[in-house]
Amino acid sequence: MSGAGVIASFGVTPTYYLVFAAILFSIGAVGLLVRRNVLVMFMCVELMLNAVNVTFVAFSRALNDVSGQAIVFFVLVVAAAEVAVGLAIIVAIYRRRRNGATADDIDLLQG
Amino acid sequence: MSIIPEAVLFFIFAGLALAAALGVVLMRNPVHSALSLVSVLISIAVLFVIQNAQLLAAVQVIVYAGAIVVLFLFVIMLLGVDRSETLSDPVRGQRPAAILLGLVTAAGLIALGWNHWATGALSSRGVLAPARSTNIKAVAESLFTSFLWPFEMTAVLLVIAVIGGVVLARRSHLPADVELRDLEEQDQ
Repeated sequence: MSGAGVIASFGVTPTYYLVFAAILFSIGAVGLLVRRNVLVMFMCVELMLNAVNVTFVAFSRALNDVSGQAIVFFVLVVAAAEVAVGLAIIVAIYRRRRNGATADDIDLLQG
Repeated sequence: MSIIPEAVLFFIFAGLALAAALGVVLMRNPVHSALSLVSVLISIAVLFVIQNAQLLAAVQVIVYAGAIVVLFLFVIMLLGVDRSETLSDPVRGQRPAAILLGLVTAAGLIALGWNHWATGALSSRGVLAPARSTNIKAVAESLFTSFLWPFEMTAVLLVIAVIGGVVLARRSHLPADVELRDLEEQDQ
């Protein structure tokens, strides 16, 4: 690996990354529960997905196994599909409720 | 070439990512939240680079910071929702309960990571950096051999997402839908 010599691992274990990912996931989860703006709630879901990606990459390096990095690809694809459909739903809801919509207006999906 | 300790980069960018993540949650204006989200994503891309996952770092910047956040900003601008939201709690005590739950989640996950309970066995899917191979090559070989079937399924998933987005976001011209829309516009 050509890049391996530049960054020396002085005592940074996978545990550091796992703890970082745990805190990031919790921030995303709290944000999802606390905020009422649907768009910001979506961003918090992205935070949680990214925390999981960090965990996958950390384990991928720790176990010297490429599967972790391959699975991050699939997480990315699912996140992109989720954002596309989710934002379309939000646009449709805002079109019905012109004067501001919160997460509570998603009960419009009942029809 | 000077040697950069991984710890320095880790603490700088992990701290940056956590601060920006708090920004995503705490900013009143959704545009500011989206910009904080960009900071989080790029910091995580740096964390990928220092773990020798160069391909994922590039994809992270291109797909997440490039496409997904632009989509968020586009919808924010399209809908004009960049005003502050109501602070009233629809469910009594939801916010304290949410913060308590978040602390419990963080404690549980940190305990898991700290104690290495969650380490798994090596799989037979292939090693990360075989001799004389780059990160891109290793990941690509894995994607197109072991994970070929899931890889093809992602194509189906993306097509479904495109169709779903078009169906949900277009204005319907079916007679029943037009009638319903007219009734709602009279109500407002």
